[in-house]
Amino acid sequence: MTQETFRIVHQTLAAEDTYRLELEGNTGELRVPGQFVNVALPGKFLRRPFCVCSWDEGTMTLLYKVVGEGTRQLSALTEGTRLDVLVGLGNGFDTRDSGGAPLLCGGGLGAAPMYALCRALRAEGRDVTVLLGFNTASEIVLEEEFARLGAKLTLFTLDGSAGRRGFVTDLMPDLHYSYVYSCGPMPMMRAVSDAAVTGAQLSLEARMACGFGACVGCTIQTAHGPRRVCADGPVFRKEEILW
Amino acid sequence: MVDLSVELAGVKLKNPIIPASGTFGYGEEFAWLYDLNILGSLSFKGTTNQPRPGNPQPRIAETPGGMLNAVGLQNPGVDAVIETELPRLAEVFQGPVIANVGGFSEEEFAENCRKLAECPQVAILEVNISCPNVHAGGANFGSSPESAAAVTRAVKAAAGDKPVFMKLSPNVGDIRAVALACADAGADGFCLINTLLGMRIDLNTRRPVLANRTGGLSGPAIFPVALRMVYDVYEAVKLPIIGCGGVSSARDAAEMMLAGASAVEVGAANLRDPWACKTIIEELPGVCKALGVDKISDLTGGAHGG
Repeated sequence: MTQETFRIVHQTLAAEDTYRLELEGNTGELRVPGQFVNVALPGKFLRRPFCVCSWDEGTMTLLYKVVGEGTRQLSALTEGTRLDVLVGLGNGFDTRDSGGAPLLCGGGLGAAPMYALCRALRAEGRDVTVLLGFNTASEIVLEEEFARLGAKLTLFTLDGSAGRRGFVTDLMPDLHYSYVYSCGPMPMMRAVSDAAVTGAQLSLEARMACGFGACVGCTIQTAHGPRRVCADGPVFRKEEILW
Repeated sequence: MVDLSVELAGVKLKNPIIPASGTFGYGEEFAWLYDLNILGSLSFKGTTNQPRPGNPQPRIAETPGGMLNAVGLQNPGVDAVIETELPRLAEVFQGPVIANVGGFSEEEFAENCRKLAECPQVAILEVNISCPNVHAGGANFGSSPESAAAVTRAVKAAAGDKPVFMKLSPNVGDIRAVALACADAGADGFCLINTLLGMRIDLNTRRPVLANRTGGLSGPAIFPVALRMVYDVYEAVKLPIIGCGGVSSARDAAEMMLAGASAVEVGAANLRDPWACKTIIEELPGVCKALGVDKISDLTGGAHGG
């Protein structure tokens, strides 16, 4: 973990209430997909944790939804604004488990860390299948980006306004895959975990204060005892999670 | 050269800055960020007799100028702390350690204190009779002078020659009455204050944000409250005080000492800025110079009288 100053290069509306934030700064502490950053906002005591959607040397992209005051404030920030960011938090996904044909299931903005993971897996030459679920068409993000990575992508919406109507798990029994990775709402990840005929890694979310393991505010109970979502996770193996 | 050393009931600290219990674990998440040996001391996570998983999620909520937590004394239990955590802590911090002790009965407080007092690393016992986040116990003991005195007597009898600092709750009518009762029962000092009981409600669900419904408020928002309580207790009782509550800067620390604190704990600030204690320690000499003192301990109680 390092504390860095990042500069906003670009901020755009990516979907309904959803922003794509491109930042410039030292990304040296980002090592694996699924890690997150904790962003300080002026006038707010707690930092805001965001998963990293993609990064390169010197730039990173966050994708976030406006859900409260802090994210609303962030969405109003303009190009050139400097942000105080703790970088390289959490243990991300372990791609060594993926096998040759991993399946990635993203729900809502859970698509963001799936994108970083997909990029890494494609770079390793894996045959990646991606299922993304959204409530409705206006929430869809990253569709073109996943396609550009050469992943086999299927979109779902609950209301049928785009892609297939239904849940990502509807298609899972018809697929052959070597491993499952998922990020999304807990009920969705539970269904994905139950449907998976292979091992699975799931990225969890919790309200947290520090983001680096000190306050134990984000602790969940797991099969291996209390674990911090921030420092022991956010990625856990399916057998660890007590639903 | 400013002398930053201070003393707490005979325990000498190289400076007054101490990470507060529950915001620093056992130092493990900070040891690779900076050399912990720059710290005056370190108050480790509140320790109960049995392991505690803590409260359900969510445990954290933001507030104006601070935060609520309802962690609920999550800890591995006193035996595991002594066997595993303290040896690990000894590798990264060789200074005097403050053991924050929790409990659910007078007997448990005494037993935990007896065990921790036997650890050579532990210099001071900080007895938490003020945790707002556990039910049936915790804050109940700190809520009346009688029960606070009873715990004080029990832990003093178990603590051997280690000084006992009672960590008091701000959620009482008159904190001076509780402090006086603890002093009469043999307390060696105080840690003031624990968190203030608070709540947030989610407008979407119309339910409290925290699963525990209520939580402890910390951060800059409580600084003036902590300062006032340190000031009041300093006037009422002649025992050393560790000031705690919303300290975020070296200037805050100096203010806390002027109110009557001999040393200062830094809590929630560590969670927003992991280097907060280091920065405060580095800035203390400059603040002392600006205040015209060569010895920081001369600040203690400086706001009184006149």
